Amino acid sequence: MKTVRVLIVDDHRLFRSGVRAELGPSIQVVGEAEDVESAVASIAELKPDVVLLDVHMPGGGGQEVLRRVLGAGSQVRFLALSVSDAAEDVIGVIRGGARGYVTKTISGAELTDAIVRVSEGDAVFSPRLAGFVLDAFASTEAPPIDPELDSLTQREREVLRLIARGYAYKEIAKELFISVKTVETHVSSVLRKLQLSNRHELSRWATARRLV
Amino acid sequence: MLREMSETPTVPDAAPRLVRPAAGRVVAGVAQGAAAQLRLDPVVLRLSFVLLTVVNGLGVVAYAALWMFTPKEQVKGPEPARDWGQFAAYGVLWMAVAGFGWITGASDGGIGTWPIAAGGIGALILWQQADPGRRQRWMTGAVRKVSASWVRTLIGALLIVVGAIGFLAASGELAKAKTGLVFTAVVVGGMLMIAAPWLATLVKELQRERTERIRQEERAEVAAHVHDSVLHTLTLIQRNAHDSREVTRLARSQERELRNWLYQPKQDADATLAAAVRRVAAEEEDAHGVPIEIVCVGDCDLDESLGALLQAARQAMVNAARYSGAPVISVYAEVEPDEVTVFIRDRGKGFDMDAVPADRMGIRQSIIGRMERNGGGARIRTEPGDGTEVMLTMKRAS
Repeated sequence: MKTVRVLIVDDHRLFRSGVRAELGPSIQVVGEAEDVESAVASIAELKPDVVLLDVHMPGGGGQEVLRRVLGAGSQVRFLALSVSDAAEDVIGVIRGGARGYVTKTISGAELTDAIVRVSEGDAVFSPRLAGFVLDAFASTEAPPIDPELDSLTQREREVLRLIARGYAYKEIAKELFISVKTVETHVSSVLRKLQLSNRHELSRWATARRLV
Repeated sequence: MLREMSETPTVPDAAPRLVRPAAGRVVAGVAQGAAAQLRLDPVVLRLSFVLLTVVNGLGVVAYAALWMFTPKEQVKGPEPARDWGQFAAYGVLWMAVAGFGWITGASDGGIGTWPIAAGGIGALILWQQADPGRRQRWMTGAVRKVSASWVRTLIGALLIVVGAIGFLAASGELAKAKTGLVFTAVVVGGMLMIAAPWLATLVKELQRERTERIRQEERAEVAAHVHDSVLHTLTLIQRNAHDSREVTRLARSQERELRNWLYQPKQDADATLAAAVRRVAAEEEDAHGVPIEIVCVGDCDLDESLGALLQAARQAMVNAARYSGAPVISVYAEVEPDEVTVFIRDRGKGFDMDAVPADRMGIRQSIIGRMERNGGGARIRTEPGDGTEVMLTMKRAS
């Protein structure tokens, strides 16, 4: 199995070394960065497979890194990692182009698993992110502008619900009598909708959450 | 009581004596004292003095006379400072009116004086119509409050315009009207040009001050919160450093509390389902030391049957925390238009439903029985070695 080259971007040194120590042997940490500038420079120089990206950082945060790196046409994949539970942070980095969102309380094994999955082009949803997405797509009174992008299919909803209930992909596959690959396809499709839909409820919903 | 009465003879004062109070004086307290005597707003008298001064310096003479004949009010302690802000305001007003008087020749009396009188009366009416609170705002901190400066500038400009129009009407000469208009325009324009940078600075200064104040208030709130909860918990953790279980529990409960404070809408924990689920989970987490991860989708108000659902969910959490041995419990609550569903799941050791003794009330009564009595349903999926998931559903009252 080929090792995945990872860059850790986080402004807390303690946390970076903690993550480094916890990651499994299938992950090779090629570098660390502590702010937006050094992250952008390191990504260009080291060309990692996956960037572990902190959401809150000096100089614009994870969203700024996403904007500058993906805006320049890079194909590097991002996995957002944060202590934040704020909906606008979560939805913000996903819409900014991250392939997944996990909280910092995640275990080393789960994080390793999530990095490998992101490196293969899949999406990684934590239960909380699944909950946010369900919430955002549920409040649907206005008819969708683009039916393909603006609503979830029954199956996608089921998959998200199981993720929110704490099921692993393997368990979801078993529960729904589908393959793990199919589960991944559904999750990726939800990710795409989340990133591309300009359904106004989505932004309105995030705004409403911010105003609490 | 009796002694006091004998010492202070009570002479009924029909009207208070005319004195010059030291507190709040602008020049010597003459206007304030006289206003108190006449039961008027001191501002009325101050404006009158200013206007009269323009007319052949009458105001100055009257003021000086009153100053001489009015005794100063006795004050204990240090003498209060003069209100320089108001002094400046009246000074500016006087200069404006005097300047106008000089340009138009109205100061020499005669018919040209009338526009000034009209302007003054207009200002007084404006003043009287404003409610006391607003008047207070206009007058407090004449040089500090931008709103007050704006109001005063506006009134000043208005006075000059009214005065100019009145003057034109009085003189009735078309050619003169033209020059008069030009004069007015020049005066107003000049005043604005003088005042504009000052006003701009004031606005900026005020905004900066306001932002700073809001920031400080926020900082104070955060500091208070950190002090009340986080520092407290850190102390407790140090004290319990030998007990790793207690340390974990403390850290976890502090984390949860902080997260709620930072990210959750401030809700009443007894009013809506999502808040109540969070509260129940937090209580059981504290009681048993097992982390409970909660995801809520949608929300609705609590009612009686949802209260029962909550009770059943609590029992399921207790069971999972006590018996499953799982390191973490997942709770998922979803509110749909016609139904509320709550899942409580652990990846612990699970159990054999049929092997549970009939006298164990936890699952049968507290979960299944309670849900069914309230018109809902419970489904439990478990197998030894495969964890447990309790699903609770309740129809929503329409």
